[in-house]
Amino acid sequence: STMLRIVLSRTLPRISGISNCQYSAAAIPVPNAQPEVHYNKLFINNEWQDAVSKRSFPTINPATGEVICQVAEADKADVDKAVKAAREAFRFGSPWRRMDASDRGLLLSRLADAIERDTAYLAELETLDNGKPYAVSYSVDVPMVVKCLRYYAGWADKWEGKTIPIDGDFFCYTRHEPIGVCGQIIPWNFPLLMQAWKLGPALATGNTVVMKVAEQTPLTALYVASLIKEVGFPPGVVNILPGMGPSAGSAITSHMDVDKVAFTGSTEVGHLIQQASGSSNLKKVTLELGGKSPNIIMSDANMAEAVEQSHFALFFNQGQCCCAGSRTYVQDTIYDEFMERSVERAKSRVVGDPFNMKTEQGPQVDEEQFKKILGYISSGKREGAKLMCGGGVAADRGYFIQPTIFGDVQDGMTIAREEIFGPVMQILKFKTLEEVVERANDTKYGLAAAVFTKDIDKAHYISSGLRAGTVWINCYDVFGAQAPFGGYKYSGNGRELGEYGLDNYTEVKTVTIKVPQKNS
Amino acid sequence: MTSSKIELPGEVKTDADAAALMASLQLMPSPVPNADIKYTKIFINNEWQDSVSGKTFPVYNPASGEQICEVQEAEKADVDKAVQAARLAFTLGSVWRRMDASERGRLLAKLADLVERDSAYLATIESMDSGKPFLPTLFVDLQGTIKTLRYYAGYADKIHGTSIPMDGDYLTFTRHEPIGVCGQIIPWNFPLMMTAWKLGPALACGNTVVLKPAEQTPLTCLYIGSLVKEAGFPPGVVNILPGFGPTAGAAIASHMGIDKVAFTGSTEVGKLIQEAAGKSNLKRVTLELGGKNPNIIFADADLDLAVEQAHQGVFFNAGQCCTAGSRIFVEEPIYEEFVRRSVERAKRRTVGSPFDPTTEQGPQISQEQQSRVLEFIQSGISEGARLECGGKALGLKGFFIEPTVFSNVKDDMRIAKEEIFGPVQQIMKFKTIDEVIERANNTEYGLVAAVFTRDITKAMTISTAMQAGTVWINCFNALSTQCPFGGYKMSGNGRELGDCGLKEYSEVKTITIKISVKNS
Repeated sequence: STMLRIVLSRTLPRISGISNCQYSAAAIPVPNAQPEVHYNKLFINNEWQDAVSKRSFPTINPATGEVICQVAEADKADVDKAVKAAREAFRFGSPWRRMDASDRGLLLSRLADAIERDTAYLAELETLDNGKPYAVSYSVDVPMVVKCLRYYAGWADKWEGKTIPIDGDFFCYTRHEPIGVCGQIIPWNFPLLMQAWKLGPALATGNTVVMKVAEQTPLTALYVASLIKEVGFPPGVVNILPGMGPSAGSAITSHMDVDKVAFTGSTEVGHLIQQASGSSNLKKVTLELGGKSPNIIMSDANMAEAVEQSHFALFFNQGQCCCAGSRTYVQDTIYDEFMERSVERAKSRVVGDPFNMKTEQGPQVDEEQFKKILGYISSGKREGAKLMCGGGVAADRGYFIQPTIFGDVQDGMTIAREEIFGPVMQILKFKTLEEVVERANDTKYGLAAAVFTKDIDKAHYISSGLRAGTVWINCYDVFGAQAPFGGYKYSGNGRELGEYGLDNYTEVKTVTIKVPQKNS
Repeated sequence: MTSSKIELPGEVKTDADAAALMASLQLMPSPVPNADIKYTKIFINNEWQDSVSGKTFPVYNPASGEQICEVQEAEKADVDKAVQAARLAFTLGSVWRRMDASERGRLLAKLADLVERDSAYLATIESMDSGKPFLPTLFVDLQGTIKTLRYYAGYADKIHGTSIPMDGDYLTFTRHEPIGVCGQIIPWNFPLMMTAWKLGPALACGNTVVLKPAEQTPLTCLYIGSLVKEAGFPPGVVNILPGFGPTAGAAIASHMGIDKVAFTGSTEVGKLIQEAAGKSNLKRVTLELGGKNPNIIFADADLDLAVEQAHQGVFFNAGQCCTAGSRIFVEEPIYEEFVRRSVERAKRRTVGSPFDPTTEQGPQISQEQQSRVLEFIQSGISEGARLECGGKALGLKGFFIEPTVFSNVKDDMRIAKEEIFGPVQQIMKFKTIDEVIERANNTEYGLVAAVFTRDITKAMTISTAMQAGTVWINCFNALSTQCPFGGYKMSGNGRELGDCGLKEYSEVKTITIKISVKNS
C-alpha cells in the first residue's frame, strides 16, 4: 500500500499562517536527515551519567522503524540521585535560592537564545525521533519553545506577592516562594515544546526540576539539557531522566522528597499520578490530559475557512494532539457540502518522509500507537460509521496512516467517545444551538473546543456554554505563551502558560507582623 | 586634576571596600580612550537631522569647564516634525501598532543587549558629559539602564486587561492600549538611566516617544537613538531632541498632538508642565520632581551602617539626586557621635577626576549649579548652622565642591527646607518618635525617606507614617527596576518602574458586548 502522495501543495504557507510564525518557507534551511546524536545519558547535577542499573533502551525513527541509538534508562535509583541533586540545589542559602529573580530570568532568556541558535539541529533531531515534518519542527515547535522560555524569563522578577490590609494592628504581606523539587513528566507528541512549558514557569519561580522525558522521544530534551549547562544554570537545578513510566515515572510520583509533580499525558496515567501523590506525601499535582474536543461549525460560517481549520484542528501533528478537534459537529444545512470539501482536503493531504519539505503528515510516533489507531478505525467501521476516505496504512515501512474521515458518526460510537490520537476525523450532524452545546459537553473530557460562526451571539452563547479550558472562535490550535491552557473535568487539573502557569509552581506564604498602631 | 583630595584607596575606604575595589579594577573595563562623539544631531524618524533653525549649542565637560562639542538645538519647529513622525508611527494599522506585544519586548531586549555591548563607551561619554565617576557610572547607571530595559522587555506581553463579571446580559472586558505620542523630558543627573526609565514602560506599552534630554547631557541619549535604530524599532517610534526647556521642552508640554508628557526635574518646572497641559489639550502628566528627604537614625541603629549609608545617601552623585537624604534626623543620645563620624567620613571622601578609579565624587554638572550650591552653603552659615567641614569650591577649573557637613541645623533654615542638589549634609537632632515623624513630614516634598533602627516596631511605625513614595529601612537608595518610585505631595505625580510604571503609559478601554444570555 504505497499511498504516499507527493502533491504540490500550499503546506508551508498554511503552516505559517496558522501558527503565526515569522519564518517563510524560503528561510527554512535544507535539513540533514541524519543529525548526529550528541547526548544519550542521564543528566543529573549538570553531569552526564549512566543509569545505576547500566541499562539502556533503543529509541526508534518512526519513519523507518529503525533504531536511532541506545539511551540510558533511568529507574528508581536514578530518580533518587536526581532528587538528591535537586534538593541540594534548592537548599536554603544555595546559589539558586540566593540568586536575584532577574538573574533567573536572564538564565532562561539565555537558554532561549541558545535554543534559537540551534534551531535547525534541534528541528532535525525532533523530526528524526518523533516523525513530525521538519518544516513544522523548524517553523512551529522550536520557535514556540523559544517564545515560551522568553515569556517566562520576563516573569521571573514580576511574580509579586501582595501587602494586605488585614484587620487589627498588623502588617501583612505575602511572598511567592518556589514549591521546591518539582517532578515533571512529559509526553512524546511535542517533546521540545512540552519541555519548555514545564521548565519555563518552574524555573522562573525558582524551583528545581527532575524531569522524565518520554521513552519514544528523549533526544531533543537531552540536547536542551546540554544548553541548560552551557548557559549557566547551577548544578542540580534541572535534571533530565529518560525512562519508562512504570519505573522512572512512578518513582517520581511516589517519591517522598518530590514536592510537586506535573504530568502531561493520558487521562489513564493521570489517575495513577494523582493516586501516587495521595499514597505518598500529598505532593501538589497538576495534570494536562486527554481530550475529545468538539469543533462546532454553524451554517453561517465561512465555509472555506471552517473546512481548512477543521482539517488542521484534527490532522495537525498526525492527529497526535491532546486538543485535537476530533468531534466535528456540523449544522445540518451545510453538512453535505462540508463533508465533501473535508474529504477533498483530506485526500490532498501529503503524507510521507518528514524530511521532505512538501510533507504535511509524517508517521505516528510508534508501532503501539499505529496499531491502536488502526484498531479505532476498525471499530468505527464495525459500529456503522461511514468511511469517507483513508482508513488504511499509508506506507510499506514506518508507522504511516492515511488521513481518514468518518461520516454519519453517532455520539455513542467508540470513535466519538475515546481519544484516538491519530489522523482520524469524525464528522457529526446537528440541528440546533442548544442541542449541539449539550452533545458537545456530553463527554468526560473538557480540554478545548471551537466554534465557527459569523454571528456574535452564537459565538458567545457557545463559548460560555462549553465546558472546556480553551475555546477558539473562528480559529483552532491558536497557542500563545501568554494564554493559559488546561482542562475541565478529566482533561486535567491546573493551567499551564500565561500568568496562571506560575500558580502551579508557587507556594504563597502569608507573613504577619504585629505593629503598635495600624494606619491606612 | 586639580583636586587636593585624591588619596590611595586603602586610606579612603574600609579595608574590605578597598580590597573589593582593587579586585574589581583588575577585571573591569576601563574608560574608552579618546572616545569619539558620534551623534550630535536631532534624531527624528530614525534619521539624523539638523535643527530647522540651523542653531546649535555647546556641551561642556564639567570636570574641566571645556567644550566637548556642539549639538543641534531643537526648538518648536523640530518638535512639530518629531510629533508628526511619532504620530505617523502610531497610526492605526502601522507596523508598530500591528506588531505582536512579544515582538515589542524582543526589540527592547535587543536594545538592552546593545547597551550592554557598548557599556564601556557609554559610561565613558556619560562620565565626560556629566562629570560622574566612571566606575559608578558603569556599575550603577549602565546596569540600571540595561536592567530597566530588560525588565520592561519582559512586560510587553504581560500587560493584561481583564474580563469583568458585570451586571446584566453583557460580556465586558478591558484592553490596555497605549496612550499615543508621549513627550518625555529628562534631567541631567542620570542621563542614561532616566532615558531607560522613560523609554522602557512607554515602548513596552506600545506608545511612540518624543524625548528631550537635558541640554547639559544630550550625548549618551543621542547614542541610544542610534541603538534604537540598530535594534530595529520602526522609524518614528522614538525621536530624540536635544534642546532647552523654555523652547523645546515648552513646545512638547503645550503641543496639541502629544497625548502624554512625563517629566523628571525640578518642582518649579513641574508646575509649568502641569499648567501647560491644562492650557493645551489636557495631556496626561506624570512628574518626578524634587525632594528634601528625611533620613531618621535611631539610637539603636547599627552606627557604622547608618553613618556610611547616610553619607552615601546624601553625597552619592555629588549630591545631585532627587532622592538625596538631605535632612538627617539623629536621635539625641547618639547625635554627637553620629556627627563626629559623619564629618570624619566626609573628610575622607575623594573628590577628583571622574576617570580616576579612586574618585568618589566628581564635579557638579555646571557652573550655575556650583554657584547655587555654594550660595546655599553661605545661607547655612549665615542662618547659624555649624559648618563642620567643607564649604568651598575646589580646584582651579571644573565645578567641584568640597563635601560639606552642617550640624545644629534647625528645621526652618533654608538648607533644611530647600533642595540643594549638592554635596551638603544637614544633621538635626530629635528626641521622640512622634516628634521626628511630624518634623520629617513637615515639608512640601514627599519623595523618599529612610529609617535606621534594629527595632522592627519603630521601623514599621516610621515606614507607615512617612508621607513619601519610597521608604528604606536600614538602607538607602536601594532602587530597583522592579519597585515603583515616585512622589507624594509636590515631589510628583504617578509612579515610575515596576508594574505601576506601566499604568502611566496605558489607556484602559472597557468593551461591553450585549449578549443574549449571561451565565457564570
